[in-house]
Amino acid sequence: MHLKYESQLREPLVYGDKTYKQVTEDIVRPIEAKPTKLWYVGFYIAVALLMFGVYSVYREVTYGIGQWNLNKTVGWGWDITNFVWWVGIGHAGTLISAILLLFRQGWRTGVNRAAEAMTIFAVMCAGQFPIFHMGRVWMAFFVLPYPNTRGPLWVNFNSPLLWDVFAISTYFTVSLLFWYSGLIPDFATVRDRAFTKLRKKLYGVASFGWTGSTKHWQRHESLSLVLAGLSTPLVLSVHTIVSFDFATSVIPGWHTTIFPPYFVAGAIFSGFAMVQTLMIIVRKVFGMEDYVTIGHIEAMNKVIVLTGSIVGIAYLTELFMGWYSQNKYEGYTFWYSRAYLFSPYGWSYWGMMACNVLSPQIFWFRKMRRNIFVTFFMSIIVNIGMWFERFVIIVTSLYRDYLPSSWSVYYSPTIWEMGFYAGTFGLFFTCFFLFAKYFPVIAIAEIKYVLKTTGEGYKNQMAGIEEQPLEDFVHQHAH
Amino acid sequence: MAKKKFVVGCFDDEAALFPAVKKVRTAGYKIHDVYTPFAVHGLDHAMGLRETSLHTAGFIYGITGTSTALSCISWIFTKDWPLNIGGKPHFALPAWIPIMFELTVLFAAVGMVLTFLYICQLGPFVKKHHFHARATDDLFVMVIECTDQTNVDDLRGFLSSNGAIETDCQIAEEGWWIGKYDNDDMPFENKQIVVA
Repeated sequence: MHLKYESQLREPLVYGDKTYKQVTEDIVRPIEAKPTKLWYVGFYIAVALLMFGVYSVYREVTYGIGQWNLNKTVGWGWDITNFVWWVGIGHAGTLISAILLLFRQGWRTGVNRAAEAMTIFAVMCAGQFPIFHMGRVWMAFFVLPYPNTRGPLWVNFNSPLLWDVFAISTYFTVSLLFWYSGLIPDFATVRDRAFTKLRKKLYGVASFGWTGSTKHWQRHESLSLVLAGLSTPLVLSVHTIVSFDFATSVIPGWHTTIFPPYFVAGAIFSGFAMVQTLMIIVRKVFGMEDYVTIGHIEAMNKVIVLTGSIVGIAYLTELFMGWYSQNKYEGYTFWYSRAYLFSPYGWSYWGMMACNVLSPQIFWFRKMRRNIFVTFFMSIIVNIGMWFERFVIIVTSLYRDYLPSSWSVYYSPTIWEMGFYAGTFGLFFTCFFLFAKYFPVIAIAEIKYVLKTTGEGYKNQMAGIEEQPLEDFVHQHAH
Repeated sequence: MAKKKFVVGCFDDEAALFPAVKKVRTAGYKIHDVYTPFAVHGLDHAMGLRETSLHTAGFIYGITGTSTALSCISWIFTKDWPLNIGGKPHFALPAWIPIMFELTVLFAAVGMVLTFLYICQLGPFVKKHHFHARATDDLFVMVIECTDQTNVDDLRGFLSSNGAIETDCQIAEEGWWIGKYDNDDMPFENKQIVVA
């Protein structure tokens, strides 16, 4: 038996005594089976939400931004809050697929495919908000620099809003390429097991004629590694640039140098929470508990408690700087508009504090990290908390500006603003349901690659190696 | 494209595959390719394949992206339409770094993926001959190209004695063509599916 040694201290990443064939069968089963009733129910709810979102957007495009309750003081409201929130969600996918690949974290293999899909769908949702916020959406292409008949009048390359255009579109493209190049071999697996002509044809097209040639695998490995190396700084740059949208302004509450690391940590925090929400459902519905194990869930909870604490430190630093700078406007924003519970938006600040800083601390306890119900509940709480964070940053900084006569009346969203947000949920889950049904939700080839190192059955066979004298071990396994 | 004769040996464990590759090469046979369900590390070295230079191509695409961004932006902002933004310098390099970086990544990623697809001859509607349907599932399929001197039966026996669980002789077209997979054999036809 060919074994690659791994310490017994590490938990197996694949439970059960699996063969390569079983791995294929387990992961491909949902694709080959008829969708369950639950799938249809979920899918139709998602489509209904999407339809409501489409109608909300139709209202906005027809009647203008006035359909949302934005006003001259609160010019960015739910729309930009949702934009930053969705982009942040996306970051966990790239973190899992790229950064953990570079750090050689074996546990990424169980969740990377679904997490990357989540990234792509989340970025699709995020992109809607700034595009429709433009108002005259049919002129959205004006943000692209191209020789035109208006001068040519170019875009402002010194503006963070334009950097955002480049960052988000590059992020979407690179994530899509990374995801799809990983899918090609798995589509070939599905194609070669197809039992109807239509399946064979469709998966044949999707698999690009993949054969599994050693030379192709060698290039594929090189491609994945370099794409991971490119995606790692890319993902950090994307949320850094999103934070520049705020940090390069002169608005008290936005004008802070800690924004880039603070935003990146928050993005990873909320993204991992969303991965937890999705993976806990997927592993249950498709019976993939052997591949997305409690060990995976625990590892992600560790990331959540770490990044949640980083975000907590950032909140406290902001408060400290609000006092230490002795700048009246900063002090007013941080200590009155935000941290004072009875100010108009104080509830959102304390909601954020409770959800993002206090509640994730229960993950210091191993029992809680390994409890699925607690994890699922916390993943929802964290996502609500991170939405509050973006809302706090945007609205509490804007609604009372330098000139009290222009202070905004209480900003609250209209039904169409909320409908747009609900619609992006519809889009996200419509895509995710289709993905879960027609795509391999776990990277088959990558699981097979780690199977003999970390599969439970193989680890048991390795148990004796721990007691062996070193010379024997080296003699048998070194090459 | 010319058709050729191939001897196919299927292995069910990569542990048996490595010594077999070594023996087949020592015996002087020409391994056409080994088809595996996942990336078997070290197999490329065992087969004597050279390292891929795909990452070098990626680097070249990357610096193309950087220089495209820098040259375009600096031409636009210093020559074509200099904008006065708060009296700041027209050549505002620090402010261009984000876009230069993004274009570096974009060019490198898109270029590498397209190059990968081109050199591997992969694409939608591309069809290739598959020596074994389970090569993407659980078998490691070694394919040896036959010459006029090759004794097929000897070679099949040689592969079996080295751990191949299944051997076969196929006449196949190498390379790729535009085609569909729906007329291929479907070994799993009419199977019963257990609903998840």
